[in-house]
Amino acid sequence: MDLIALLAIQVLYAVASLALISVGLAIIFGMMRVINLAHGEFLMLGGYAAIVATSHGISIWIAMLVVAPIVVGLIGIVVERAIIRFLYGRMIDTMLATWGLSLFLVGLTTAIFGNTTVGISAPLGSIQIGAYRTSAYTLFVIAIAAIVLGGIFAVMRWTRLGLIARGTMQNANMAAALGVNPPRVYAITFGVGAALSGLAGAVLAPVSGVFPTIGVAYVAKSFITVIGGGAAILSGTVSASVLFGTINQIATFVTTPVFGEVALLAAAIVLIRLLPQGITGRFFRRGL
Amino acid sequence: MNARGFNVLGLVLVGVIGLAFMILTPRLAELDTVLDLTVYMIMAVLALSLALIWGYGGILCFGQSAFFGLGAYTYAIAMFNIGESTLPLLLAIILPAAFAALLGYFMFYGRISDVYLGVITLTVTLILFNSVNSTAGPEFHIGAARLGGFNGIPGIPPLNWPFDKATTIDLEGMFYLATGSLLLTYFGLRLLLASQFGRIIVGIRENERRAELLGYDPRAYKLATFTIGGALAGFAGCLFANWGNFVSPTIFGLAQSAQIIIWVIVGGRGTLIGPVIGCIGIQWLSAALGANQPSSGSDLWSKIFANAPLILGVILIAFVLLVPKGLVPMLADLGQSLLRRRRERAARGFEPQQAE
Repeated sequence: MDLIALLAIQVLYAVASLALISVGLAIIFGMMRVINLAHGEFLMLGGYAAIVATSHGISIWIAMLVVAPIVVGLIGIVVERAIIRFLYGRMIDTMLATWGLSLFLVGLTTAIFGNTTVGISAPLGSIQIGAYRTSAYTLFVIAIAAIVLGGIFAVMRWTRLGLIARGTMQNANMAAALGVNPPRVYAITFGVGAALSGLAGAVLAPVSGVFPTIGVAYVAKSFITVIGGGAAILSGTVSASVLFGTINQIATFVTTPVFGEVALLAAAIVLIRLLPQGITGRFFRRGL
Repeated sequence: MNARGFNVLGLVLVGVIGLAFMILTPRLAELDTVLDLTVYMIMAVLALSLALIWGYGGILCFGQSAFFGLGAYTYAIAMFNIGESTLPLLLAIILPAAFAALLGYFMFYGRISDVYLGVITLTVTLILFNSVNSTAGPEFHIGAARLGGFNGIPGIPPLNWPFDKATTIDLEGMFYLATGSLLLTYFGLRLLLASQFGRIIVGIRENERRAELLGYDPRAYKLATFTIGGALAGFAGCLFANWGNFVSPTIFGLAQSAQIIIWVIVGGRGTLIGPVIGCIGIQWLSAALGANQPSSGSDLWSKIFANAPLILGVILIAFVLLVPKGLVPMLADLGQSLLRRRRERAARGFEPQQAE
């Protein structure tokens, strides 16, 4: 029984971390049709931002939840203005340019911080579940993921900003005719997506540590989640995270973590063969 | 001179320069230069494999290094088990080709769009990297070959003359083999692209729907192109394993995949000579940057200039934004417009005289 509870928490954690690392990408891809291959590096920068802020004496909670998203969000806006905006409508070129950006950021952080793993210890202790102990931080990550997803839903559904964003996503020309400025919406969207990536990177930094090439560990998983999810940002991310997170964690539990990841990626390839439009291309079509 | 004449002239030029390079280099250059050039030639074969499937087939494959690495690993593992290189060499071509065919079946018959295709190939590369990287323990072995995980497989036996185990290839022989392979690949691909098959895959790249309505099955043609590309990359991988007598999982890595893409985009999509030039140029640049790596590394600027990923990233962004066609097509366009302008000026210089 305890084991089942523990496994349930692990599965929930896998789902939550998948959703966290993917949601920034999902917003950028879903709203702007931009495949941001530098997504993993945004997560990495979030981790570094949190670590640098903590080492300057800022409380770890503020560093993770406030500093990291703001820093990476600003970087995102700069990137959008400097590179992405010239490439709208040229999906392949955006992919290549953001890949270049990803290499550039890896190189830059290596030059600045060195090619070593920097860690911050996870706050919160551990909790007892029957005969087992698990880190309370796991529960914190799950809670953050729930809050982020709930927040996105609320903003998209009930605020004017969300309305404008959804309108621009559906038909940019029509939105422009009604007085919205699509370039500004795109810049803000990119910034928000980057900020959420920064948040995710910072929240996961105590779990994994941070090093310049950590983005690689995230990027495949988050892409697979977004593409597996399909066009709808929220329901897509959530449904794909649930599916892949469960597969990943169960395979990890039965075999090894590496095989868990292989199972996740293999499942994703099969899923895309079966549902080329992603899960939300077939199910939950009316979701956000 | 018309376009056909230029074509023939270009082919002859490439052939003459290539042969001269192949024959003269080992006689004129030091052995370590020859060794460096050998790996450039091997990588150029790899660049050609992507030039075919991306430049002509329109298939953006971010995971060409997967086939390259698979070829290298197949050769290494088969070599340790068999000990005679004829079969391992064939396996190093067949296995990546089969893998490309399987992957291609999922992608092309699933009718996945270009962009997803890039992401899937990238993912597959990462899967291979992660799984091979984690096989460090002695329990991971295939026959007599230990996989070695992140340590790689050292001491791979070199190629030998087919069915003659005693005559193994030396460093100079490796250079001849690599350069010969590059020339053969180049001319083979030119031939392939001039054939009906080549015309059809270019037609599919230009307009898939139209090609389909004309009765060609784009899925089958793309699959065939992709498989050929996989076989070529596997062959390059086999040569690479021979060159260093060593393979490690980094050849599956993202950095390697990115390099191949950069070679092709710098040289120019839709040409064959462009990616070869891009490949050699970028590799030379990387080597030059790596050479002046400061040992102390205190100064940030010197750290930045010694940092190959950073420079490659900037090159990639710059080319996508400023020279999206690549160097060779850009120079060709430039030459053509100069030629046209001169012709126009000549024509104009003629007219006023007539008017007077």
